[in-house]
Amino acid sequence: MTETLAKTLIPRRRTSLWSIVGPRLLSREAGVGITLILIVVFTTVQNPNFVFSPDGYRDLLLTPSILMLVAVGQAFVIITRNVDLSVGSVVGITAYLTGRLFIDFPGISVVAVFVAGALVGGALGLINGALVAVARVPALVITLGTLYIYRGLNVAWVGSDRVNASDLPLVFRELGTDQILSIPVLTIVGVAVVIAAAWYLRNTRGGREFYAIGSDPGAADLYGLRVNRRIITAFVVCGGLAGVAGVMFAARYGTVSSQAGTGWELQAIGAAVIGGVAISGGVGTVWGAAIGAFLLLTINRALPVIGIPDFWQRAVVGALIIGAIVLDRVLALRQARKLRELRDSAHD
Amino acid sequence: MTELSTGARRERVMIPHSRALWKRVTLTREAAVIGMLALVIVVAMNVVPNFDSPLTVTFLLRDLAPILLIALPMTLIIITEEIDLSVASIVALSSVTVGILTRDGAPFELAMVMGVLVGAAAGAINGFLVTVVGLPSLAVTIGSLAMFRGISVGLLGTQAVTDFPDTWTSLARANIPGTPVPAIMVVFVVLAAIFAIVLHATPFGRGLYAIGLNQEAAHFSGVNVARTKFVLFVVSGAVSGFAGVYFTLLYGNARGENATGMELAIIAAVLLGGVSIFGGRGAIHGVIAGVLLIGIIGSALRLAGVTADIINVITGVVLVLSVVGTSFLAWLQRSRASARARGGNQG
Repeated sequence: MTETLAKTLIPRRRTSLWSIVGPRLLSREAGVGITLILIVVFTTVQNPNFVFSPDGYRDLLLTPSILMLVAVGQAFVIITRNVDLSVGSVVGITAYLTGRLFIDFPGISVVAVFVAGALVGGALGLINGALVAVARVPALVITLGTLYIYRGLNVAWVGSDRVNASDLPLVFRELGTDQILSIPVLTIVGVAVVIAAAWYLRNTRGGREFYAIGSDPGAADLYGLRVNRRIITAFVVCGGLAGVAGVMFAARYGTVSSQAGTGWELQAIGAAVIGGVAISGGVGTVWGAAIGAFLLLTINRALPVIGIPDFWQRAVVGALIIGAIVLDRVLALRQARKLRELRDSAHD
Repeated sequence: MTELSTGARRERVMIPHSRALWKRVTLTREAAVIGMLALVIVVAMNVVPNFDSPLTVTFLLRDLAPILLIALPMTLIIITEEIDLSVASIVALSSVTVGILTRDGAPFELAMVMGVLVGAAAGAINGFLVTVVGLPSLAVTIGSLAMFRGISVGLLGTQAVTDFPDTWTSLARANIPGTPVPAIMVVFVVLAAIFAIVLHATPFGRGLYAIGLNQEAAHFSGVNVARTKFVLFVVSGAVSGFAGVYFTLLYGNARGENATGMELAIIAAVLLGGVSIFGGRGAIHGVIAGVLLIGIIGSALRLAGVTADIINVITGVVLVLSVVGTSFLAWLQRSRASARARGGNQG
């Protein structure tokens, strides 16, 4: 038995190319990425403007970059076996805050506005996290409540007012259109955040604790992990990233009404789930959530191009979410059966 | 700390008749919500002008009827520690079904039956994914929330069907003769009675609590967990389908965006009514009081000139406070009980 275990558990010393590339190619992230590429290629063959017009190319990268940040924050929370339904409302509040700051403090620096967005978003996340961790109430209920509260406060604040592009300084608006090496600036910001978050979750002790808590909160507590502090951190990160996304929303679209970000919570959760973040906690990567966000919005853009009215977008998104979790379940069952067979054969 | 002393402590906490009967009846979560409801009604009647007019009652109950109806199966689902976020999308799917069939000349009675059946079928899809495939209902119904809504919007696009037989629309808007109470309340009261009896007085209903408290224990004591949950999701879909038919007739239109966001209002009301999101706890009368409480607060504030966004804030605050408050009370009870147990051990 030990021999079999050793064979299965200890990696072979001789590393072939396949042993490095293989698992990564078969991973969920790669699967979603390949699907994404196939969709882009297929749609572009149908209509070259999808990629090969300046606007098409930029839009392909730009719009998902904003949702990507929200999805990455959501992944932090879902990995700890919680969920944050209030992110759409947070995006709305910080998007309008951005406009207000530029109107009320002419000459304020762009960096300061980003910091303000992150801080306000983080503070709203802190309220969620504190209520969830301290009151021991399920995140679904608390963030359902704060979804209402934050959106209501936002609407009360904004009223029928709206931020227009002319209210925003040129430097800031150019952020939404500027490119470095033909890559939109906002995409670079987004990808930098994803890299930092992915590194933190994968390689640091603190990052691994999120997974431990999500896999088994009770065991994590007994083991001595500070469960409450980690859960609060996850909500603060989620709120902070949604806050930054709100600022980027203002830069990208220029106009912000009181309904900005409505319904983004479902898109963000959908992106994370499609990217392989399990809603039951402890499984998934921010890479997956980020690519999931790209897949979701790219499909939305591709549908009208291949002749399906965009009214069907949400139906496709829903089918994708269900398909993704069914696939996960099937793979998990197959894995469990394989492991059982392995164990049984080891006993013989 | 030996095993014996913990055993003794637990026994003290669980002495069944340590509280008088009147305390056990009045100090429940449900009684608290009903008391709140009475208080809000009395205050609103005295403070808010026109709140006690018959017209207010009619409009309030008409608008609340879909929420009241769907809250019934939602209560049962949450008691088994599952959730159904797709109900409002099923309302839209049913509404669109009725609309398209009517537009294309089908007999209206058939269209209404199809609305309910489509709802039941949508619920069956949820139920299949949760019980047979074994997926968490939160994830499944987030997906089907988007999918059913997407199909509804996809089928009708920006169109709306607004031409329905007058006999049926006026029935949906009719009152019980001689009262300001809408006729739909008859349907609701009958359904509520059925749900209350099933939940509180049948083996099936007791099984729901057992599943919510401990699914495995329920399974080993002979409750068919999968079949029970499947039935609940189908019933939830069918009731949502019926609510969709009513919604279509009441407002006289079938659109893909009908009832958007209603799932949140329903779940908020059910939780406010004392159903535990952890399963195993809750009662129909508490839930009815919860729906009415949220509805009446909103209606009274609207009449008093408060805008819809502030009402949303108040709904959210009430929801958060109700769950945080329950959690706080439970903590207080636990710490008091353990203090009493410590005192008892010493004495």
